[in-house]
Amino acid sequence: MSSLQLCLGFSSVLFAVGLAGALGRSNSIIVLLGLELMLNAANLNFIAFWRFGPAPAAGTGVLFVIFAIAVTAAETAVGLALVIAIYRHQHNIRLAEAVRLKG
Amino acid sequence: MNAALIAIALFTVGTAVAALSRRNLLHSVLLLAGSWTGVAAFFLWAGAEFAAFAQVLIYVGAISMVVLFAVLLTRRSRDDLAPEPAARGRAFYAILTGTAVAAVLLVTVGRTAFPPGPALPPVLTVGQIGDQLMGPQAAALLVVGVLLTVAILGAVVLAARDGPAEPGDRR
Repeated sequence: MSSLQLCLGFSSVLFAVGLAGALGRSNSIIVLLGLELMLNAANLNFIAFWRFGPAPAAGTGVLFVIFAIAVTAAETAVGLALVIAIYRHQHNIRLAEAVRLKG
Repeated sequence: MNAALIAIALFTVGTAVAALSRRNLLHSVLLLAGSWTGVAAFFLWAGAEFAAFAQVLIYVGAISMVVLFAVLLTRRSRDDLAPEPAARGRAFYAILTGTAVAAVLLVTVGRTAFPPGPALPPVLTVGQIGDQLMGPQAAALLVVGVLLTVAILGAVVLAARDGPAEPGDRR
């Protein structure tokens, strides 16, 4: 098994852990953290393909990771603001009870 | 060389699993900071020092602190810690889904024949990254700047309260 396959397997497992966390927990902060974990797994893939790819000189993988981290930071800020807004309305942060907009 | 990678992977995945299965939110956030540090260690292992430092600064430094603030701001009572009746079944199906996705990905990765990469990590200096950011990627950099500004403004608008605070309101 090559190093690249090990890296990809690592990121696959990390993605699956994040997915299970995001789907299985009812606390909205934990769901957000699961999303962060999945985005981190994607970043691992970018770096792995940059490291073992045919043309690493361009640095595309690293640049993609930097932009992805910036976008993730924005997503986290908005997500946590939403959590605080939900908390203000229903005094807890359970996703199962945040059904006010449901038709 | 692969031993270090396996150690990093075990540490990262282990802390991630522990973080997402804890009931105490503070423990989760702190364990997840450990997991993000493991990802930064992987970036260092792969030779992407700049991405590793960005990961440490933004994830371990900033995002974990923001999440900690959100946890402390929204903590109300022991009531949130009590499990819901439906939580067990949902956790079972979530773990089932995660295992299935991991199995599909791992089998695909294992069966794909990748060309062997270079033995040594590629060298990418901070100067080269700066050249890329200011040259070919300048438009993307500007868009990211606008995106961050708009996101921060949106977060402030969402989290701000409407109207004056009531007298009995502690928050």
